[in-house]
Amino acid sequence: MTGSGDTSKDMDLKLRVWRQRGPKDDGAMVEYDVPAVSPDMSFLEMLDVLNERLTLEDDDPIAFDHDCREGICGACGVVINGIAHGPEVTTTCQLHMRSFTDGDVIDIEPWRSGSFPVVKDLVVDRGSLDRIIQAGGYISAPTGTAPDAHAVPVPKDDADAAFDAATCIGCGACVAACPNGSAMLFTAAKITHLGLLPQGQPERDSRVLDMVGQHDAEGFGGCSQIGECTAVCPKGISLSTISRLNVDLLGALRSTYAK
Amino acid sequence: MPASTLTKHRATVRSTVVLKAIMAITGLVMIGFLLAHMAGNLWVFAGREEFNDYAHHLRTLGEPMLPHKVLLWALRIGLLLSVVLHVYSAITLWKRAHVASARKGGTRYHTSKGQRGVQRSYASFTMRYGGIVITLFVIYHLLHFTGNQIHPGGASSSPYDRVVNGFEIWWVWLSYVIAMVAIGLHLRHGLWAAAASLGANTSPRRRRQLNTGAITIAVVITVGFLLPPTLILFGGIS
Ligand code: HEM
Ligand code: SF4
Ligand code: FES
Repeated sequence: MTGSGDTSKDMDLKLRVWRQRGPKDDGAMVEYDVPAVSPDMSFLEMLDVLNERLTLEDDDPIAFDHDCREGICGACGVVINGIAHGPEVTTTCQLHMRSFTDGDVIDIEPWRSGSFPVVKDLVVDRGSLDRIIQAGGYISAPTGTAPDAHAVPVPKDDADAAFDAATCIGCGACVAACPNGSAMLFTAAKITHLGLLPQGQPERDSRVLDMVGQHDAEGFGGCSQIGECTAVCPKGISLSTISRLNVDLLGALRSTYAK
Repeated sequence: MPASTLTKHRATVRSTVVLKAIMAITGLVMIGFLLAHMAGNLWVFAGREEFNDYAHHLRTLGEPMLPHKVLLWALRIGLLLSVVLHVYSAITLWKRAHVASARKGGTRYHTSKGQRGVQRSYASFTMRYGGIVITLFVIYHLLHFTGNQIHPGGASSSPYDRVVNGFEIWWVWLSYVIAMVAIGLHLRHGLWAAAASLGANTSPRRRRQLNTGAITIAVVITVGFLLPPTLILFGGIS
Protein backbone atom coordinates (compact mmCIF):
# COMPACT_ATOMS: atom_id res chain seq x y z
CA MET A 1 0.00 0.00 0.00
CA THR A 2 2.97 2.29 0.43
CA GLY A 3 5.47 3.65 -1.96
CA SER A 4 4.41 2.75 -5.45
CA GLY A 5 2.75 6.14 -5.74
CA ASP A 6 0.38 5.27 -8.55
CA THR A 7 -2.86 5.18 -6.61
CA SER A 8 -4.87 5.71 -9.80
CA LYS A 9 -4.95 1.95 -10.22
CA ASP A 10 -6.29 1.39 -6.71
CA MET A 11 -9.72 -0.13 -6.52
CA ASP A 12 -12.76 0.45 -4.36
CA LEU A 13 -14.37 -2.87 -3.64
CA LYS A 14 -17.42 -4.13 -1.87
CA LEU A 15 -17.12 -7.48 -0.09
CA ARG A 16 -19.94 -9.74 0.98
CA VAL A 17 -18.43 -12.08 3.56
CA TRP A 18 -19.89 -15.09 5.35
CA ARG A 19 -19.89 -14.28 9.09
CA GLN A 20 -20.64 -17.07 11.54
CA ARG A 21 -19.73 -16.79 15.22
CA GLY A 22 -19.34 -20.49 15.85
CA PRO A 23 -20.29 -23.98 14.68
CA LYS A 24 -23.84 -23.65 16.02
CA ASP A 25 -24.49 -20.10 14.80
CA ASP A 26 -26.66 -19.66 11.69
CA GLY A 27 -24.37 -17.22 9.95
CA ALA A 28 -25.12 -14.68 7.24
CA MET A 29 -23.49 -12.67 4.47
CA VAL A 30 -22.26 -9.27 5.75
CA GLU A 31 -21.25 -6.34 3.51
CA TYR A 32 -18.03 -4.35 3.85
CA ASP A 33 -16.65 -1.51 1.75
CA VAL A 34 -12.93 -1.81 1.18
CA PRO A 35 -11.56 1.35 -0.48
CA ALA A 36 -8.18 1.88 -2.15
CA VAL A 37 -7.13 -1.72 -2.69
CA SER A 38 -3.82 -2.01 -4.54
CA PRO A 39 -3.85 -4.49 -7.45
CA ASP A 40 -0.51 -5.79 -6.13
CA MET A 41 -2.01 -7.04 -2.89
CA SER A 42 -2.74 -10.70 -2.47
CA PHE A 43 -6.31 -11.64 -1.64
CA LEU A 44 -5.34 -12.44 1.95
CA GLU A 45 -3.51 -9.11 2.32
CA MET A 46 -6.70 -7.38 1.25
CA LEU A 47 -8.52 -9.28 4.02
CA ASP A 48 -5.72 -8.32 6.44
CA VAL A 49 -6.29 -4.65 5.65
CA LEU A 50 -10.00 -5.01 6.26
CA ASN A 51 -9.35 -6.92 9.49
CA GLU A 52 -7.01 -4.18 10.80
CA ARG A 53 -9.78 -1.69 10.28
CA LEU A 54 -12.38 -3.94 11.92
CA THR A 55 -10.07 -4.41 14.92
CA LEU A 56 -9.55 -0.64 15.27
CA GLU A 57 -13.33 -0.18 15.06
CA ASP A 58 -13.72 -2.73 17.89
CA ASP A 59 -15.41 -5.09 15.49
CA ASP A 60 -14.64 -8.80 15.30
CA PRO A 61 -12.04 -9.48 12.56
CA ILE A 62 -12.99 -12.02 9.91
CA ALA A 63 -11.56 -15.44 10.74
CA PHE A 64 -9.83 -17.16 7.82
CA ASP A 65 -7.27 -19.94 7.66
CA HIS A 66 -3.78 -19.38 6.29
CA ASP A 67 -0.22 -20.42 7.02
CA CYS A 68 2.50 -20.45 4.36
CA ARG A 69 1.01 -17.81 2.06
CA GLU A 70 3.07 -19.28 -0.74
CA GLY A 71 0.70 -21.89 -2.12
CA ILE A 72 2.13 -25.00 -0.50
CA CYS A 73 0.36 -25.66 2.80
CA GLY A 74 -3.25 -25.86 1.63
CA ALA A 75 -4.67 -23.97 4.61
CA CYS A 76 -6.13 -20.92 2.94
CA GLY A 77 -9.02 -21.84 0.68
CA VAL A 78 -12.26 -19.87 0.47
CA VAL A 79 -14.99 -19.74 -2.16
CA ILE A 80 -14.79 -16.44 -4.06
CA ASN A 81 -17.76 -15.50 -6.25
CA GLY A 82 -18.89 -19.13 -6.18
CA ILE A 83 -15.56 -20.57 -7.30
CA ALA A 84 -13.17 -22.38 -4.96
CA HIS A 85 -9.97 -20.29 -4.63
CA GLY A 86 -11.49 -17.64 -6.92
CA PRO A 87 -11.04 -16.74 -10.57
CA GLU A 88 -7.46 -17.94 -11.09
CA VAL A 89 -6.39 -21.58 -10.84
CA THR A 90 -4.23 -21.13 -7.77
CA THR A 91 -4.55 -20.99 -4.00
CA THR A 92 -6.35 -18.06 -2.38
CA CYS A 93 -3.05 -16.79 -0.93
CA GLN A 94 -1.52 -16.69 -4.42
CA LEU A 95 -4.50 -14.88 -5.92
CA HIS A 96 -3.81 -11.20 -6.51
CA MET A 97 -6.20 -8.29 -6.49
CA ARG A 98 -5.25 -7.49 -10.09
CA SER A 99 -7.67 -10.28 -10.99
CA PHE A 100 -10.49 -7.91 -9.93
CA THR A 101 -11.60 -4.53 -11.17
CA ASP A 102 -12.64 -1.28 -9.52
CA GLY A 103 -16.19 -1.39 -8.20
CA ASP A 104 -16.41 -5.19 -8.04
CA VAL A 105 -18.65 -6.85 -5.49
CA ILE A 106 -16.83 -9.93 -4.21
CA ASP A 107 -18.71 -12.72 -2.41
CA ILE A 108 -16.55 -14.73 0.02
CA GLU A 109 -17.77 -17.95 1.63
CA PRO A 110 -16.22 -20.93 3.41
CA TRP A 111 -15.86 -24.38 1.77
CA ARG A 112 -19.30 -25.91 2.18
CA SER A 113 -19.63 -29.63 2.74
CA GLY A 114 -21.37 -31.83 5.26
CA SER A 115 -17.91 -33.19 6.10
CA PHE A 116 -16.32 -29.74 6.58
CA PRO A 117 -18.16 -28.17 9.55
CA VAL A 118 -17.67 -24.40 9.83
CA VAL A 119 -15.56 -23.45 12.86
CA LYS A 120 -15.90 -19.69 12.50
CA ASP A 121 -16.56 -17.33 9.57
CA LEU A 122 -14.42 -18.69 6.71
CA VAL A 123 -12.62 -21.37 8.75
CA VAL A 124 -13.77 -24.97 8.34
CA ASP A 125 -12.62 -28.18 10.01
CA ARG A 126 -10.97 -30.37 7.35
CA GLY A 127 -10.05 -33.15 9.79
CA SER A 128 -12.04 -35.54 7.59
CA LEU A 129 -9.29 -35.31 4.94
CA ASP A 130 -6.64 -36.08 7.59
CA ARG A 131 -8.57 -39.17 8.64
CA ILE A 132 -8.65 -40.41 5.02
CA ILE A 133 -4.85 -40.11 4.94
CA GLN A 134 -4.54 -41.86 8.31
CA ALA A 135 -6.67 -44.73 7.01
CA GLY A 136 -4.12 -45.71 4.37
CA GLY A 137 -2.08 -42.87 2.94
CA TYR A 138 1.24 -44.27 4.09
CA ILE A 139 3.85 -46.90 3.27
CA SER A 140 5.80 -49.17 5.60
CA ALA A 141 9.54 -48.55 5.40
CA PRO A 142 12.46 -49.23 7.70
CA THR A 143 13.45 -46.10 9.59
CA GLY A 144 17.00 -45.05 10.30
CA THR A 145 19.49 -43.61 7.84
CA ALA A 146 17.96 -42.46 4.58
CA PRO A 147 18.48 -45.09 1.87
CA ASP A 148 20.49 -44.24 -1.25
CA ALA A 149 18.31 -42.26 -3.62
CA HIS A 150 18.86 -44.79 -6.38
CA ALA A 151 18.51 -47.92 -4.22
CA VAL A 152 15.06 -48.67 -5.73
CA PRO A 153 14.86 -47.90 -9.44
CA VAL A 154 11.64 -46.18 -10.60
CA PRO A 155 10.78 -45.75 -14.29
CA LYS A 156 10.95 -42.08 -15.21
CA ASP A 157 7.32 -41.85 -16.41
CA ASP A 158 6.05 -43.39 -13.18
CA ALA A 159 8.22 -41.13 -11.08
CA ASP A 160 6.91 -38.06 -12.94
CA ALA A 161 3.26 -39.11 -12.67
CA ALA A 162 3.68 -40.04 -9.00
CA PHE A 163 5.26 -36.66 -8.35
CA ASP A 164 2.42 -34.83 -10.11
CA ALA A 165 -0.08 -36.63 -7.89
CA ALA A 166 2.04 -36.02 -4.80
CA THR A 167 1.73 -32.24 -5.26
CA CYS A 168 -1.81 -32.33 -3.76
CA ILE A 169 -1.73 -29.99 -0.76
CA GLY A 170 -4.96 -31.23 0.80
CA CYS A 171 -6.66 -27.84 0.49
CA GLY A 172 -10.12 -29.30 -0.07
CA ALA A 173 -11.06 -27.10 -3.05
CA CYS A 174 -12.10 -30.24 -4.91
CA VAL A 175 -14.72 -30.97 -2.24
CA ALA A 176 -15.87 -27.35 -2.17
CA ALA A 177 -16.35 -27.34 -5.95
CA CYS A 178 -17.89 -30.78 -6.34
CA PRO A 179 -21.70 -30.75 -6.82
CA ASN A 180 -21.74 -34.10 -4.98
CA GLY A 181 -19.41 -32.99 -2.18
CA SER A 182 -17.02 -35.78 -3.12
CA ALA A 183 -13.40 -35.91 -1.94
CA MET A 184 -12.50 -38.44 -4.61
CA LEU A 185 -9.88 -36.25 -6.36
CA PHE A 186 -8.01 -35.80 -3.08
CA THR A 187 -8.22 -39.52 -2.29
CA ALA A 188 -7.28 -40.50 -5.84
CA ALA A 189 -4.22 -38.21 -5.80
CA LYS A 190 -2.84 -40.14 -2.84
CA ILE A 191 -3.78 -43.54 -4.31
CA THR A 192 -1.99 -42.58 -7.55
CA HIS A 193 1.05 -41.13 -5.83
CA LEU A 194 1.76 -44.21 -3.71
CA GLY A 195 0.36 -46.80 -6.12
CA LEU A 196 2.78 -45.82 -8.88
CA LEU A 197 5.88 -46.31 -6.74
CA PRO A 198 7.52 -49.63 -5.81
CA GLN A 199 7.48 -48.61 -2.14
CA GLY A 200 3.68 -48.37 -2.29
CA GLN A 201 3.02 -51.89 -3.62
CA PRO A 202 2.80 -53.98 -0.38
CA GLU A 203 -0.17 -51.96 0.90
CA ARG A 204 -1.69 -51.15 -2.48
CA ASP A 205 -4.90 -53.19 -2.06
CA SER A 206 -5.56 -52.46 1.59
CA ARG A 207 -4.76 -48.78 1.02
CA VAL A 208 -7.48 -48.23 -1.56
CA LEU A 209 -10.02 -50.27 0.40
CA ASP A 210 -9.28 -48.42 3.64
CA MET A 211 -9.08 -44.95 2.14
CA VAL A 212 -12.29 -45.27 0.11
CA GLY A 213 -13.98 -46.84 3.15
CA GLN A 214 -12.93 -43.85 5.25
CA HIS A 215 -13.90 -41.39 2.50
CA ASP A 216 -17.42 -42.79 2.53
CA ALA A 217 -17.56 -43.10 6.33
CA GLU A 218 -16.76 -39.38 6.56
CA GLY A 219 -19.91 -38.70 4.55
CA PHE A 220 -18.36 -37.43 1.33
CA GLY A 221 -20.39 -38.01 -1.84
CA GLY A 222 -19.60 -40.20 -4.84
CA CYS A 223 -17.80 -39.03 -7.97
CA SER A 224 -19.99 -38.57 -11.02
CA GLN A 225 -17.18 -37.44 -13.34
CA ILE A 226 -18.30 -33.84 -13.65
CA GLY A 227 -14.75 -32.48 -13.43
CA GLU A 228 -15.27 -29.28 -11.41
CA CYS A 229 -12.65 -30.55 -8.92
CA THR A 230 -9.76 -30.74 -11.34
CA ALA A 231 -10.77 -27.41 -12.90
CA VAL A 232 -10.25 -25.57 -9.59
CA CYS A 233 -7.41 -27.69 -8.19
CA PRO A 234 -4.47 -25.35 -7.56
CA LYS A 235 -2.10 -28.24 -8.24
CA GLY A 236 -3.77 -29.46 -11.42
CA ILE A 237 -4.42 -32.97 -10.12
CA SER A 238 -5.83 -34.83 -13.13
CA LEU A 239 -9.30 -36.37 -13.23
CA SER A 240 -7.63 -39.51 -14.59
CA THR A 241 -6.40 -40.26 -11.04
CA ILE A 242 -10.03 -41.11 -10.22
CA SER A 243 -10.26 -43.67 -13.03
CA ARG A 244 -7.07 -45.16 -11.60
CA LEU A 245 -8.53 -45.30 -8.10
CA ASN A 246 -11.66 -47.03 -9.41
CA VAL A 247 -9.63 -49.68 -11.22
CA ASP A 248 -7.49 -50.24 -8.10
CA LEU A 249 -10.54 -50.53 -5.87
CA LEU A 250 -12.46 -52.94 -8.11
CA GLY A 251 -9.27 -55.01 -8.49
CA ALA A 252 -8.65 -55.06 -4.74
CA LEU A 253 -12.22 -56.19 -4.08
CA ARG A 254 -11.85 -58.93 -6.65
CA SER A 255 -8.63 -60.25 -5.11
CA THR A 256 -10.07 -59.99 -1.58
CA TYR A 257 -13.19 -61.94 -2.43
CA ALA A 258 -11.76 -64.31 -5.01
CA LYS A 259 -9.74 -65.95 -2.21
CA MET B 1 -7.24 -61.24 7.73
CA PRO B 2 -8.30 -59.77 11.11
CA ALA B 3 -12.03 -59.42 11.59
CA SER B 4 -11.97 -55.63 11.85
CA THR B 5 -10.25 -55.31 8.46
CA LEU B 6 -12.76 -57.66 6.93
CA THR B 7 -15.66 -55.56 8.24
CA LYS B 8 -14.07 -52.43 6.85
CA HIS B 9 -13.61 -54.09 3.48
CA ARG B 10 -17.21 -55.31 3.53
CA ALA B 11 -18.21 -51.65 3.86
CA THR B 12 -16.15 -50.89 0.77
CA VAL B 13 -18.25 -53.39 -1.19
CA ARG B 14 -21.13 -50.94 -0.76
CA SER B 15 -18.98 -47.87 -1.41
CA THR B 16 -19.76 -45.02 -3.77
CA VAL B 17 -17.16 -46.38 -6.18
CA VAL B 18 -18.92 -49.75 -6.40
CA LEU B 19 -22.32 -48.05 -6.80
CA LYS B 20 -20.89 -46.04 -9.68
CA ALA B 21 -19.51 -49.20 -11.28
CA ILE B 22 -23.00 -50.75 -11.03
CA MET B 23 -24.54 -47.64 -12.60
CA ALA B 24 -21.98 -47.71 -15.37
CA ILE B 25 -22.47 -51.40 -16.25
CA THR B 26 -26.27 -51.29 -16.07
CA GLY B 27 -26.23 -48.03 -18.03
CA LEU B 28 -24.13 -49.61 -20.77
CA VAL B 29 -26.50 -52.63 -20.91
CA MET B 30 -29.41 -50.23 -21.43
CA ILE B 31 -27.49 -48.32 -24.09
CA GLY B 32 -26.86 -51.61 -25.92
CA PHE B 33 -30.60 -52.19 -25.88
CA LEU B 34 -31.31 -48.65 -27.07
CA LEU B 35 -28.98 -49.01 -30.05
CA ALA B 36 -30.65 -52.28 -31.12
CA HIS B 37 -34.12 -50.82 -30.56
CA MET B 38 -33.31 -47.71 -32.55
CA ALA B 39 -31.94 -49.72 -35.46
CA GLY B 40 -35.01 -51.99 -35.35
CA ASN B 41 -37.39 -49.03 -35.58
CA LEU B 42 -35.85 -48.02 -38.88
CA TRP B 43 -37.68 -51.05 -40.42
CA VAL B 44 -40.68 -48.76 -40.52
CA PHE B 45 -39.12 -47.21 -43.62
CA ALA B 46 -39.23 -50.61 -45.34
CA GLY B 47 -43.04 -50.69 -45.22
CA ARG B 48 -46.00 -52.15 -43.32
CA GLU B 49 -45.27 -55.81 -44.08
CA GLU B 50 -41.60 -55.67 -43.17
CA PHE B 51 -42.11 -53.70 -39.97
CA ASN B 52 -44.85 -56.05 -38.75
CA ASP B 53 -42.58 -58.98 -39.53
CA TYR B 54 -39.81 -57.39 -37.50
CA ALA B 55 -42.15 -56.76 -34.55
CA HIS B 56 -43.37 -60.33 -34.74
CA HIS B 57 -39.83 -61.64 -34.94
CA LEU B 58 -38.98 -59.97 -31.66
CA ARG B 59 -41.47 -62.32 -30.05
CA THR B 60 -40.21 -65.41 -31.84
CA LEU B 61 -36.53 -64.55 -31.39
CA GLY B 62 -34.45 -67.65 -30.64
CA GLU B 63 -37.12 -70.11 -31.92
CA PRO B 64 -37.11 -72.98 -32.53
CA MET B 65 -34.05 -73.43 -30.28
CA LEU B 66 -35.97 -71.80 -27.44
CA PRO B 67 -39.71 -71.84 -26.73
CA HIS B 68 -41.92 -68.93 -27.87
CA LYS B 69 -41.00 -65.55 -26.30
CA VAL B 70 -38.34 -67.07 -24.02
CA LEU B 71 -35.50 -64.96 -25.36
CA LEU B 72 -37.73 -61.87 -25.37
CA TRP B 73 -38.53 -62.44 -21.71
CA ALA B 74 -34.89 -63.11 -20.85
CA LEU B 75 -33.99 -59.77 -22.41
CA ARG B 76 -36.89 -58.08 -20.62
CA ILE B 77 -35.81 -59.48 -17.24
CA GLY B 78 -32.18 -58.49 -17.88
CA LEU B 79 -33.29 -54.99 -18.77
CA LEU B 80 -35.64 -54.72 -15.81
CA LEU B 81 -32.85 -55.82 -13.48
CA SER B 82 -30.57 -53.18 -15.02
CA VAL B 83 -33.18 -50.48 -14.58
CA VAL B 84 -33.80 -51.45 -10.94
CA LEU B 85 -30.08 -51.57 -10.05
CA HIS B 86 -29.39 -48.36 -11.96
CA VAL B 87 -32.16 -46.42 -10.28
CA TYR B 88 -31.38 -47.90 -6.85
CA SER B 89 -27.75 -46.77 -7.16
CA ALA B 90 -28.80 -43.37 -8.50
CA ILE B 91 -31.10 -42.73 -5.54
CA THR B 92 -28.52 -43.95 -3.00
CA LEU B 93 -25.82 -41.71 -4.48
CA TRP B 94 -28.24 -38.79 -4.76
CA LYS B 95 -29.02 -39.02 -1.04
CA ARG B 96 -25.32 -39.22 -0.17
CA ALA B 97 -24.49 -36.24 -2.38
CA HIS B 98 -27.28 -34.26 -0.74
CA VAL B 99 -25.81 -34.76 2.73
CA ALA B 100 -22.23 -34.28 1.55
CA SER B 101 -23.02 -30.96 -0.12
CA ALA B 102 -24.33 -29.39 3.08
CA ARG B 103 -27.91 -30.49 2.24
CA LYS B 104 -28.18 -27.98 -0.56
CA GLY B 105 -26.71 -29.78 -3.57
CA GLY B 106 -25.27 -27.71 -6.39
CA THR B 107 -26.56 -24.39 -5.03
CA ARG B 108 -25.06 -24.54 -1.57
CA TYR B 109 -23.28 -21.20 -1.87
CA HIS B 110 -25.18 -18.01 -1.13
CA THR B 111 -23.65 -16.11 -3.99
CA SER B 112 -25.57 -16.00 -7.24
CA LYS B 113 -22.25 -16.06 -9.12
CA GLY B 114 -20.48 -19.11 -10.45
CA GLN B 115 -23.52 -21.39 -10.12
CA ARG B 116 -22.80 -23.01 -13.47
CA GLY B 117 -19.40 -24.06 -12.24
CA VAL B 118 -16.19 -23.61 -14.16
CA GLN B 119 -16.47 -26.12 -16.99
CA ARG B 120 -19.34 -28.55 -16.36
CA SER B 121 -21.63 -29.59 -19.20
CA TYR B 122 -25.34 -28.82 -19.27
CA ALA B 123 -25.94 -32.55 -19.48
CA SER B 124 -24.22 -33.11 -16.13
CA PHE B 125 -26.81 -30.86 -14.44
CA THR B 126 -29.75 -32.84 -15.76
CA MET B 127 -28.75 -36.44 -14.94
CA ARG B 128 -31.10 -36.91 -12.02
CA TYR B 129 -34.12 -34.98 -13.25
CA GLY B 130 -33.53 -36.33 -16.75
CA GLY B 131 -33.59 -39.82 -15.23
CA ILE B 132 -37.05 -39.14 -13.78
CA VAL B 133 -38.30 -37.86 -17.16
CA ILE B 134 -36.94 -40.99 -18.83
CA THR B 135 -38.64 -43.28 -16.26
CA LEU B 136 -42.02 -41.59 -16.81
CA PHE B 137 -41.52 -41.78 -20.55
CA VAL B 138 -40.70 -45.50 -20.46
CA ILE B 139 -43.96 -46.23 -18.60
CA TYR B 140 -45.97 -44.16 -21.11
CA HIS B 141 -44.15 -45.75 -24.01
CA LEU B 142 -44.76 -49.31 -22.80
CA LEU B 143 -48.46 -48.58 -22.34
CA HIS B 144 -48.54 -47.10 -25.84
CA PHE B 145 -46.72 -49.63 -28.00
CA THR B 146 -45.99 -52.77 -25.99
CA GLY B 147 -49.13 -53.12 -23.91
CA ASN B 148 -51.43 -51.31 -26.37
CA GLN B 149 -53.44 -49.85 -23.45
CA ILE B 150 -53.34 -46.31 -24.80
CA HIS B 151 -53.66 -45.71 -28.49
CA PRO B 152 -53.72 -42.11 -29.60
CA GLY B 153 -54.84 -41.87 -33.22
CA GLY B 154 -56.68 -45.19 -33.18
CA ALA B 155 -56.11 -48.74 -31.95
CA SER B 156 -54.85 -51.46 -34.25
CA SER B 157 -53.46 -54.96 -33.97
CA SER B 158 -50.85 -54.03 -36.55
CA PRO B 159 -47.74 -52.55 -34.89
CA TYR B 160 -47.07 -50.55 -38.06
CA ASP B 161 -50.50 -48.92 -37.99
CA ARG B 162 -50.18 -48.17 -34.28
CA VAL B 163 -46.91 -46.37 -34.94
CA VAL B 164 -48.23 -44.41 -37.91
CA ASN B 165 -51.58 -43.54 -36.25
CA GLY B 166 -49.75 -42.33 -33.14
CA PHE B 167 -47.16 -40.12 -34.71
CA GLU B 168 -49.57 -38.38 -37.05
CA ILE B 169 -50.67 -36.47 -33.94
CA TRP B 170 -48.40 -33.50 -33.15
CA TRP B 171 -48.46 -33.83 -29.36
CA VAL B 172 -47.55 -37.52 -29.46
CA TRP B 173 -44.61 -36.58 -31.64
CA LEU B 174 -43.69 -33.72 -29.29
CA SER B 175 -43.77 -35.96 -26.22
CA TYR B 176 -41.33 -38.30 -27.94
CA VAL B 177 -39.10 -35.41 -28.94
CA ILE B 178 -38.90 -34.23 -25.32
CA ALA B 179 -38.15 -37.74 -24.09
CA MET B 180 -35.48 -38.39 -26.72
CA VAL B 181 -33.73 -35.10 -25.99
CA ALA B 182 -33.76 -36.08 -22.29
CA ILE B 183 -32.23 -39.45 -23.19
CA GLY B 184 -29.68 -37.76 -25.45
CA LEU B 185 -28.54 -35.47 -22.64
CA HIS B 186 -28.49 -38.34 -20.13
CA LEU B 187 -26.31 -40.39 -22.44
CA ARG B 188 -24.02 -37.50 -23.35
CA HIS B 189 -22.85 -37.32 -19.73
CA GLY B 190 -23.67 -40.93 -18.83
CA LEU B 191 -21.52 -42.57 -21.49
CA TRP B 192 -18.49 -40.48 -20.62
CA ALA B 193 -19.05 -41.03 -16.90
CA ALA B 194 -19.55 -44.77 -17.30
CA ALA B 195 -16.30 -45.08 -19.25
CA ALA B 196 -14.41 -42.99 -16.70
CA SER B 197 -15.95 -44.80 -13.71
CA LEU B 198 -14.79 -48.11 -15.19
CA GLY B 199 -11.24 -46.83 -15.62
CA ALA B 200 -11.06 -45.66 -19.25
CA ASN B 201 -10.04 -42.07 -18.49
CA THR B 202 -6.30 -42.50 -18.48
CA SER B 203 -5.16 -39.02 -19.57
CA PRO B 204 -6.50 -35.55 -20.42
CA ARG B 205 -6.30 -36.51 -24.09
CA ARG B 206 -8.31 -39.67 -23.50
CA ARG B 207 -10.85 -37.56 -21.59
CA ARG B 208 -11.43 -35.43 -24.70
CA GLN B 209 -11.74 -38.52 -26.89
CA LEU B 210 -14.23 -40.18 -24.54
CA ASN B 211 -16.34 -37.03 -24.46
CA THR B 212 -16.36 -36.81 -28.25
CA GLY B 213 -17.42 -40.45 -28.42
CA ALA B 214 -20.18 -39.88 -25.85
CA ILE B 215 -21.56 -36.91 -27.76
CA THR B 216 -21.49 -38.83 -31.04
CA ILE B 217 -23.36 -41.87 -29.71
CA ALA B 218 -25.87 -39.67 -27.87
CA VAL B 219 -26.64 -37.76 -31.08
CA VAL B 220 -26.91 -40.97 -33.13
CA ILE B 221 -29.39 -42.46 -30.65
CA THR B 222 -31.49 -39.29 -30.34
CA VAL B 223 -31.64 -38.60 -34.09
CA GLY B 224 -32.10 -42.30 -34.93
CA PHE B 225 -35.12 -42.60 -32.67
CA LEU B 226 -36.64 -39.35 -33.91
CA LEU B 227 -36.34 -40.08 -37.64
CA PRO B 228 -39.41 -42.37 -37.99
CA PRO B 229 -41.83 -40.26 -35.88
CA THR B 230 -40.73 -37.05 -37.60
CA LEU B 231 -41.13 -38.43 -41.12
CA ILE B 232 -44.55 -39.80 -40.18
CA LEU B 233 -45.70 -36.45 -38.78
CA PHE B 234 -44.58 -34.59 -41.87
CA GLY B 235 -46.22 -37.10 -44.19
CA GLY B 236 -43.24 -39.09 -45.39
CA ILE B 237 -44.84 -42.36 -44.31
CA SER B 238 -48.50 -43.33 -44.07
C1 HEM C 1 -32.82 -45.69 -20.77
C2 HEM C 1 -32.47 -45.72 -19.54
C3 HEM C 1 -31.13 -45.27 -18.98
C4 HEM C 1 -29.86 -45.37 -19.49
C5 HEM C 1 -29.47 -45.98 -20.80
C6 HEM C 1 -28.95 -44.78 -18.53
C7 HEM C 1 -27.57 -44.69 -18.66
C8 HEM C 1 -26.70 -44.15 -17.73
C9 HEM C 1 -25.27 -44.23 -17.74
C10 HEM C 1 -24.42 -44.94 -18.76
C11 HEM C 1 -24.79 -43.56 -16.65
C12 HEM C 1 -23.34 -43.37 -16.24
C13 HEM C 1 -22.90 -44.20 -15.10
C14 HEM C 1 -21.68 -43.60 -14.46
O1 HEM C 1 -21.75 -42.43 -14.08
O2 HEM C 1 -20.68 -44.27 -14.31
C15 HEM C 1 -25.93 -43.03 -15.97
C16 HEM C 1 -25.85 -42.28 -14.86
C17 HEM C 1 -26.94 -41.89 -14.15
N1 HEM C 1 -28.26 -42.23 -14.39
FE1 HEM C 1 -28.94 -43.26 -15.93
N2 HEM C 1 -29.67 -44.32 -17.48
C18 HEM C 1 -31.00 -44.61 -17.72
C19 HEM C 1 -32.06 -44.37 -16.93
C20 HEM C 1 -31.97 -43.69 -15.77
C21 HEM C 1 -33.08 -43.49 -14.93
C22 HEM C 1 -34.49 -44.03 -15.15
C23 HEM C 1 -32.63 -42.75 -13.89
C24 HEM C 1 -33.56 -42.32 -12.78
C25 HEM C 1 -33.32 -42.10 -11.58
C26 HEM C 1 -31.21 -42.48 -14.10
C27 HEM C 1 -30.38 -41.74 -13.28
C28 HEM C 1 -29.02 -41.62 -13.42
C29 HEM C 1 -28.16 -40.87 -12.54
C30 HEM C 1 -28.56 -40.04 -11.35
C31 HEM C 1 -26.85 -41.05 -13.00
C32 HEM C 1 -25.58 -40.49 -12.37
C33 HEM C 1 -25.24 -39.31 -13.12
C34 HEM C 1 -23.90 -38.79 -12.86
O3 HEM C 1 -22.91 -39.49 -13.17
O4 HEM C 1 -23.86 -37.64 -12.38
N3 HEM C 1 -30.84 -43.09 -15.24
N4 HEM C 1 -27.08 -43.41 -16.63
S1 SF4 D 1 -6.74 -32.61 -5.20
FE1 SF4 D 1 -6.25 -30.42 -5.61
S2 SF4 D 1 -8.10 -29.35 -4.89
FE2 SF4 D 1 -8.16 -31.40 -3.97
S3 SF4 D 1 -7.16 -31.21 -1.97
FE3 SF4 D 1 -5.54 -31.81 -3.43
S4 SF4 D 1 -4.66 -29.86 -4.12
FE4 SF4 D 1 -6.61 -29.32 -3.15
S1 FES E 1 -1.67 -20.17 2.98
FE1 FES E 1 -0.56 -22.00 2.49
S2 FES E 1 -1.43 -22.52 0.55
FE2 FES E 1 -2.33 -20.60 0.96
